[in-house]
Amino acid sequence: MKRFSIAFLFAGLMALAWYNWPASPRPWTEADIEVLKSLSIESLEPLPADPTNAVADDPRAAEFGHALFFDPRLSSNGGISCSTCHQPLRNFTDGLPKGQAIGTSKRNTPSIVGTAYSPWLYWDGRRDSQWSQALSPLEDVNEHATNRQQVLDVISSDPMYAGMYSELFGELPDMTNVVAVNIAFANIGKAFAAYERLLQPGPAAFDEYVAALLEDDVDRQAELFSDDELVGLQLFIGKANCTQCHNGPLFTNNEFHNTGVITAAGELPDKGRAVGVREVAANEFNCAGSYSDAASRSCPELEFARTGPELVAAFRTPSLRNLENTAPYMHKGQLPTLFATLQHYNEAPLAIIGHNEAKPLKLRDSDLRQLEAFLLTLSSPLAIDEKWLRAPPSD
Amino acid sequence: MIRRNLKVVLLCLLCTGVQADQSTWSSQRDLFTVSYVSELMPLQINKLHTWILHIEDAQGNPVVAALLEVSGGMPAHDHGLPTYPRITAELGDGDYRLDGIRFHMSGAWEITINIAADGKTDSVVVLVNL
Repeated sequence: MKRFSIAFLFAGLMALAWYNWPASPRPWTEADIEVLKSLSIESLEPLPADPTNAVADDPRAAEFGHALFFDPRLSSNGGISCSTCHQPLRNFTDGLPKGQAIGTSKRNTPSIVGTAYSPWLYWDGRRDSQWSQALSPLEDVNEHATNRQQVLDVISSDPMYAGMYSELFGELPDMTNVVAVNIAFANIGKAFAAYERLLQPGPAAFDEYVAALLEDDVDRQAELFSDDELVGLQLFIGKANCTQCHNGPLFTNNEFHNTGVITAAGELPDKGRAVGVREVAANEFNCAGSYSDAASRSCPELEFARTGPELVAAFRTPSLRNLENTAPYMHKGQLPTLFATLQHYNEAPLAIIGHNEAKPLKLRDSDLRQLEAFLLTLSSPLAIDEKWLRAPPSD
Repeated sequence: MIRRNLKVVLLCLLCTGVQADQSTWSSQRDLFTVSYVSELMPLQINKLHTWILHIEDAQGNPVVAALLEVSGGMPAHDHGLPTYPRITAELGDGDYRLDGIRFHMSGAWEITINIAADGKTDSVVVLVNL
């Protein structure tokens, strides 16, 4: 009996050791290296043009948008700016499950960084440009809770803003003309977008590791990546299936997936993209609308957008760059840590509504810790002068 | 005029040495064959792009005035395409312009093309590996 107990204890200890013993890295294959190149920031294509925004790349518009982004006067209580929730030091998120402004937002504050590459904005893609997205929080009763007339009043009553506006767009409108007010409001969004387009991630340790790998610089590789980070990367592009959605140099396909995330406490399940795709089609400020600068109203993203039940509870894949300071995670901030998020994908539970596309991964806790170690190598300063990350000096 | 221009563009793509991943796929009841040329060569993920489909009948004659419905997905992941691609123009000589196609994951995709022409219907599954 005693011998049996000792054997049982030994087997238990061995199982525990196996479960927690970190795996060792394996040599890279040519196919692996191709995937790594596709994920490197070196593969990031030049910023795509935004034909819906005539001032998207005008530096004067970026400066105007920069000032507006940090201005709390654009809110009903004079205390909320875009930067209240989109905080530069947190990769333009806020560290909360849901944004807290005039009220509580419906969802987790997503980052703005790199969104100029996405055809869709918001977790549910209910806007199709950075400028149309920027307008929405201004009039959301839980966010800035102001309105387009009040926003334009702020612009016209501030000589610097009025000057910046007229230089870019001409005279401010007659406030009794609804269409003229809408055009001017859209222009404000376009200035915001010109600033937001500048917010791009810079090279991270991961990118430097890929460069060292391609140069066959073994010493530099060892300096940059620990064994745990290396195994985590190998899991990321292999057994953990992460690159199915988190692909390309921004680690996102910008598409919508149901991954069976639990419903937020006390709420009905969120239908996500299934509703967002209808909302973007109806939005007056979309690509095809009269406030868009797209000359031919050519809007292939809207024209070929998918609808239907497959999109129930599907949410946009977020970028994984700079996620270190962006907890909690998921569309309602349901998962408090990166490790909890990895555990969620490892388990791949049944979706409350719709269908979870992910499958259980059957990874060990030690594997998840190595994946986490890799994900933290994606942090980097933004590829932008720091002056853009704080309010401009007031003259 | 537009048709002619599109054809010229297509021919230029071929004559300037751009490699076309062009294979031929037979329909389930062997009534039609389908081949395609993609605007994006090699095919890449996350890019909205255009294909030119070429349809022939069992005798190798171009099929004109066909009605084509296109759908697709990844059987391994149990999901469809991220877009609704559709035929936006018939270019003549059995060529059709398919706009709005995008793949958002690497792996095995199936593109199903339902063809109705000359009172006959059949279906083709084109396999794409990314």
